[in-house]
Amino acid sequence: MAAHSAVLSMSKIMNPFWGRRIGNTIKVFQTAVISQRNKGSLTSENIPPPAKYGGRHTVTLIPGDGIGPELLSHVREVFRFSCVPVDFEVVHVNSAEETENDINNAITAIRRNGVALKGNIETNHSMAPSVKSRNNLLRTSLDLFANVMHCQSLPGVQTRHKNIDIMIIRENTEGEYSSLEHESVSGVVESLKIITRNNSLRIAEYAFKLAREKGRQRVTAVHKANIMKLGDGLFLQCCREVASGYPDITFDSMIVDNTTMQLVSKPHQFDVMVMPNLYGNVVSNVCAGLVGGPGLVPGANYGRDYAVFETATRNTGKSIANRNIANPTAMLLASCMMLDHLKLYDYASLIRNAVLTTMNETRLHTADIGGQGTTSEVVQSVMRIIQSKGQLTAEL
Amino acid sequence: MAASLRGSLVTLAKSLSGPRWQQLASRPLSLSTGLCGVESPPARADATFKVTMVPGDGVGPELMTAVKEVFKAGDVPVEFEEFHLSEVQNMASEEKLEQVLKSMKNNKVAMKGKIHTPMEFKGELASYEMRLRRKLDLFANVVHVNSLPGYSTRHNNLDLVIIREQTEGEYSSLEHESVSGVIECLKIITREKSRRIAKFAFDYATKKGRNKVTAVHKANIMKLGDGLFLQSCAEVAQLYPKIKYENIIIDNCCMQLVQNPYQFDVLVMPNLYGNIIDNLAAGLVGGAGVVPGESYSAEYAVFETGARHPFAQAVGRNIANPTAMLLSAANMLRHLNLEYHSQMVSDAVKRVIKQGKVRTRDLGGYCTTGDFVHAVVDNLRHRPIL
Repeated sequence: MAAHSAVLSMSKIMNPFWGRRIGNTIKVFQTAVISQRNKGSLTSENIPPPAKYGGRHTVTLIPGDGIGPELLSHVREVFRFSCVPVDFEVVHVNSAEETENDINNAITAIRRNGVALKGNIETNHSMAPSVKSRNNLLRTSLDLFANVMHCQSLPGVQTRHKNIDIMIIRENTEGEYSSLEHESVSGVVESLKIITRNNSLRIAEYAFKLAREKGRQRVTAVHKANIMKLGDGLFLQCCREVASGYPDITFDSMIVDNTTMQLVSKPHQFDVMVMPNLYGNVVSNVCAGLVGGPGLVPGANYGRDYAVFETATRNTGKSIANRNIANPTAMLLASCMMLDHLKLYDYASLIRNAVLTTMNETRLHTADIGGQGTTSEVVQSVMRIIQSKGQLTAEL
Repeated sequence: MAASLRGSLVTLAKSLSGPRWQQLASRPLSLSTGLCGVESPPARADATFKVTMVPGDGVGPELMTAVKEVFKAGDVPVEFEEFHLSEVQNMASEEKLEQVLKSMKNNKVAMKGKIHTPMEFKGELASYEMRLRRKLDLFANVVHVNSLPGYSTRHNNLDLVIIREQTEGEYSSLEHESVSGVIECLKIITREKSRRIAKFAFDYATKKGRNKVTAVHKANIMKLGDGLFLQSCAEVAQLYPKIKYENIIIDNCCMQLVQNPYQFDVLVMPNLYGNIIDNLAAGLVGGAGVVPGESYSAEYAVFETGARHPFAQAVGRNIANPTAMLLSAANMLRHLNLEYHSQMVSDAVKRVIKQGKVRTRDLGGYCTTGDFVHAVVDNLRHRPIL
């Protein structure tokens, strides 16, 4: 029960600092601005309000590849069943296409709706190097600088470490993901890792604010400043600067290799972690593994104006697609984070409680965490619990 | 036992990945998505939805009675909170307005008749209708003009949507006599509200799968005011590359609407033009009695008739056509996620119109409001043979 309420408190993380600007929002890689019709009169200063009319929200839904489409169809079914006032605008992105039309459409759709729920879009490595990762393009174009995931042990899931409660905040738009690579001399490839002061300050500020809001004690910056003395050094320095403004929160730093070791041996020492892009990718996967795998943990990407919700580890899950065995928990919890973001707290906690009850009390598990249930059985159990909770609309 | 059997099936699924097995495994999946259909039982049938109701003046209360009768017969899980707010019957007061607003804050959704406003000036420029609209910030009015199969007019198979900004423009209630004998009425156009209504129109078009949005204006005369509106629409159109954007001058738009209304899809316009076009378009498909309308703010939704008239000369004569209000009620049910009930009510109404046996006077029949409502109730449970 205590765990229940603890996970419930997760709902409150998901109010990013909407509208509050942190530093300057200089768009580093603004690659795909609205390219159709004459450019430029819609700048970040005059973004129209999100599509919310008569209390109903419109949310962009990007099914993605692999298990994305089936998981998102389950989310829609649960939403319909719970009478959630959200309409979805489905935008398909074809990962086999080389042109960027599809992804630009999706980005424009998010620009008008403000919020999206997405499955991961496959990145085919065999395609021309000019074809960038669609997922990365989406994050950088919309300037979704903060990736937030909250790893928490679920009592119903057997793992090696119990009672893990770590929040990971990852810089999402620069670092190694700059897509700047070239062969300067034949046989020598340079990949540029970009660290900027503005973005580092912004992510550090976000992490500390979130830590304070959640009543957390400690923020750990993860880096490799012993090797990349200038790049990661700058990141570390920015974190220190921001930390001086938060005397109530302890700040420390740890080198990334040691961090991963500590995570698998003594994960309880961590509270809130903040890091640049690639380290975030690695560390978040380690943490997701600690609490039970990719099927359990939801993730969110926040920018100043937009928010995109997905599973934390961004797997496509191609091998288990269309076999009705994928774990729907992560996507359902991501949709709850989205409902929190839309301030539909009652609906969010209704669905979240039902999902957690299925995990922890009913113990209906899919194969990835050692159960024998199918995806649709889990979803049906969730819906049954929602129904048994009764009069929602009367309470609202 | 069953669980272990299923478990072995899952392991079987892992070892076999032939196309035939995939088909089998996906069956329960498609079954659950099949539940999304209109024919599925309503979700959360145990819950009732509360809706604010303001019957208004004229035939409003009669139409609301019709809605309540049909809802009762169809077991629709909606509960109405009624408020009688009327200026002409001296039932309007600040407290009444506050009560309505308070109820709206809780319920978010309302059904409303027309609150009639006398023409003569009694010291208050803004009518209660306008004040309610402003307090709730109901900026967007949507009228979906759709021909009713079975009732033929000069133009059949019409399907167009009129979206009107209804909080500023000519309805600003800012009028003064600057010099004796000279009255200035201020028409206000703001960038913020113009963008908002334009975005609403494009979002509506996206949601309903429509292809074209046409902005209606008079920017050749009001170059700054309507010019701003037009510019805002063009800016917002950039965000919707898949929807065609056009503009047309109001006078030409009126002529085109009566000559060739099929060229239009979604129309977006400022306040007064919207008022005129709403009525014109309603006239094309059968008049004020058959066209439903709705008003939206970010938080609230109000469902009403498309052309808002009290129709006071019909009060108590049992001749008003409840079609518009019933269709509007069906739209409200859809807004509340009661897809099943919505479909049931609108199908019943459309079936009665299509059969053509029961028609009120405005459609050339001799039946009363009561007859029509009974016919709708009789058709509620009718299921087509598939």
